[in-house]
Amino acid sequence: MQPLTYAKATTLDEVVAALTSQGEGVRLIAGGTTLYDLMKLGVEQPRSVIDITGIEGLAEITVGPDELIFGALASMSDVAATPALQQDYPILTESLQKAASQQLRNMATMGGNLLQRTRCNYFRNGLAYPCNKRNPGSGCAAVGGMDRGHALFGGSDACIAVYPGDLAVALVAMDASVDTQSARGLRSIPLVDLHRLPDQSPDLETILAPDELILRIRVPAVPYAHASTYHKIRDRESYAFAVVSAAVALRINDDRVGAAHIALGGVATRPWRVPAAEAALVGQRMTPALALEVGHAAFDGAVPGQHNAFKIELGARTVADALMIATQRSTRT
Amino acid sequence: MQNEDTTADGTPEPSPSPPDPTFRVNRREAIGVGLTAAGVVALPSFEGGKAHAQTTPRGPAIGATLPVRFMVNGTDVQIEIDPRSSLLDVLRERLHLTGAKKGCDHGQCGACTVHVDGRAVASCLTLAAKIDGTEVLTIEGIGVDALHPMQQAFIDHDALQCGYCTPGQIMAAIACVQEGNATTVERIRERMSGNICRCGAYVGIVAAIQDAALKMEV
Repeated sequence: MQPLTYAKATTLDEVVAALTSQGEGVRLIAGGTTLYDLMKLGVEQPRSVIDITGIEGLAEITVGPDELIFGALASMSDVAATPALQQDYPILTESLQKAASQQLRNMATMGGNLLQRTRCNYFRNGLAYPCNKRNPGSGCAAVGGMDRGHALFGGSDACIAVYPGDLAVALVAMDASVDTQSARGLRSIPLVDLHRLPDQSPDLETILAPDELILRIRVPAVPYAHASTYHKIRDRESYAFAVVSAAVALRINDDRVGAAHIALGGVATRPWRVPAAEAALVGQRMTPALALEVGHAAFDGAVPGQHNAFKIELGARTVADALMIATQRSTRT
Repeated sequence: MQNEDTTADGTPEPSPSPPDPTFRVNRREAIGVGLTAAGVVALPSFEGGKAHAQTTPRGPAIGATLPVRFMVNGTDVQIEIDPRSSLLDVLRERLHLTGAKKGCDHGQCGACTVHVDGRAVASCLTLAAKIDGTEVLTIEGIGVDALHPMQQAFIDHDALQCGYCTPGQIMAAIACVQEGNATTVERIRERMSGNICRCGAYVGIVAAIQDAALKMEV
């Protein structure tokens, strides 16, 4: 690890000023569970890290009648343990609770979680291999390589690295947005637009400007979100990234689906909403057969590599199971 | 990562200058918790050292050391660290608290688990600089006078073989009980999934946690 400076910021102005003046060699650190890990691997090489955990007012957890608000510095474990959310938004708490380990959830923050970087082995551990994300222009070793964990959606010939997070998938399903701050002021970004497709520049992962940071996450409140789940299939039962996951919420009135939210994790280069599959549900009466049909519809257009085609069927069944879980939960009294 | 005892450019640490009067050790509790002598804690500062000489008017130079002050097992520690250091390396290499173990060094195995302000964390993924002003509890800080109920339960239930993961298991297990998550086998297994036991003593570990949960004063 190369030498660096550490500074603890107490105001947003300080952070924005440092991001503006210090340029590319500066990284913000909160929990550090991604950044410090990648520093140890030599993938991230900041000259300066700025600790933002001393900034007041960015750790709120608000479950309001119109929207949910999560400060960027709220920890994953604190949000996951919020009773009102567990009851009314299991899609969110399950996405947090099924991610990482308790130690890491205690450390990691909501804002940092959204910006976690891919687990592609060529990116993390493959300094001997080409990687356009780590070293732009060098090529992609995953294309045609060991691609079991790589994307079926959203990839390009330059990069097929999967966006590894769970929370962002659930948030995209629930139409969340983020408030950000930069030298140009505040703005709001729909979460579905935050992460970029890799195209020919997989090193650019989000639309955040170099001097911009996430302040909070907003989720529109909906009265039916108890009928939801984050269904995550892993190689082992706990503490693993998704092989495939489905974030689902349903509004069911009089036995008919009135609204459907479906997003996929573990199989795409960014959190992946599937509007066509959602549309196929509306107005229908949910049955296991319909759920499986919609699961297959969710994987229409998947582009498998050499070792991950099994995820098309696995994924369809994961979506189907998630739809049935959400349907069961819709009948709570 | 570089050895903690070298300066940023890898040269041996300069000889300690005369003790800096601002660099002191305060004992809130004079108990034997693994820090046995002032000399263990009061490490030489880098004042006058090569790294410090690089300081510029605009702030610390790249590679300059950083003062941090925090509590470890009830003892006040002030120490100059390399800003790259992990909490685990500071505990083990600087404070000689070797209970927390370095397994993977990437937050994947749990052998380094300690508590920071009452919460279990992976000390290997905790930048030591962030620890300033916090209270750290390691395996050396529990069971000082008599075994902690969790330690006794691990013995009673054969919850280990080689023992390398055990300090991390016990610290994670205590947090699991304190958080109210030791209520079912499934819950314990989920909450403890960040702690890997290569010997496979999981059955004993779960039994020990169930047992200790009944005896711990939470």
